[in-house]
Amino acid sequence: MTLQEQIITIIIITLGTMTTRFLTFMIFPPTRKTPIIIDFLSKLLPTAVVAMIVVYAYKEILTFTAPPQTIFPTVIATIATIIIHLWKRQLLLSISVGTLLYMFLYQIA
Amino acid sequence: MKHSFHYAFPKTIPIFAGYIFLGCSYGILATSQGFAPILPILMSVVVYSGAMQFMAINLMLAPFDPIATILITLMINARHLFYGIVMLKPYSTLGAKRFFVIWGLTDETFTINATMTIPDEINREWTYFHITALNYAYWVLGTIIGATIGNQIPFNTDGIEFVLNALFLVLLIEQILSSKQYSALLIGLSSSIISLFIFGSQNFMIPAMLAMLIIFGLQYLFQQSKGEK
Repeated sequence: MTLQEQIITIIIITLGTMTTRFLTFMIFPPTRKTPIIIDFLSKLLPTAVVAMIVVYAYKEILTFTAPPQTIFPTVIATIATIIIHLWKRQLLLSISVGTLLYMFLYQIA
Repeated sequence: MKHSFHYAFPKTIPIFAGYIFLGCSYGILATSQGFAPILPILMSVVVYSGAMQFMAINLMLAPFDPIATILITLMINARHLFYGIVMLKPYSTLGAKRFFVIWGLTDETFTINATMTIPDEINREWTYFHITALNYAYWVLGTIIGATIGNQIPFNTDGIEFVLNALFLVLLIEQILSSKQYSALLIGLSSSIISLFIFGSQNFMIPAMLAMLIIFGLQYLFQQSKGEK
């Protein structure tokens, strides 16, 4: 790619990404009343969409395409994160312990 | 404003770890492919979309193809349309800050902003703004570190990428515990997992989102017709 082509590619990616982020907000501006179905969806979607993001984060494990050395640390660290979180309900504690445990298990493997 | 910053900052700490690491990896990868450090830094400043920026490295190593670039960008980022539906109302009162928080609506910022319950005494608008701005700063900073001194990091950070998995997981648990929407959880999980097995890990999000829209749409119509009787 020439420098010019690189610049055009970056502009396309920037505008494309902005389109996907702004489109919904442009279709339903704050001045217009949103349809009731959108209100209905906006109550249920956070749970469903965050579930989808979790599936995305675990897509390699779920499709059995994860590198073998990551499987054991992922499973153990995930279980630990869930248990610690249900027990203490401290966001940063659960995330730190889970991540440090993962790093430890991954690095000694 | 100061108050809302104190409330917002701790919520972004896991993202600090995740974005510094991922931004750094991105900077190292891009420069190792022969790009000048300014290119990944510029991308992080103007694009600010992790998955897309990693993909862009491949696109820019291949021959120039604007049409494929547009299509790939729209496909990878289509999930943002969904984030918009959720954030329409919370972001509707942001005034001048609105452009920035919409522009910076990444997966991680969305997950935090969509699942938190801001106490009444904290300014909502500024909280959304601070979280978005802090995350953006972490991402750009990570990229700068990776693109410039990335190969000289002295300690072993292998595996730190798990921090974002842990963040998503914990925020999902919080969301379930606070909303008690078990059927929405089941619909979200099953749509995503079934779609993952049918369409593969690169393409599963759009069909999964369509499935959720259809199921929730039917649920809405069903409730409406029950309400009319």
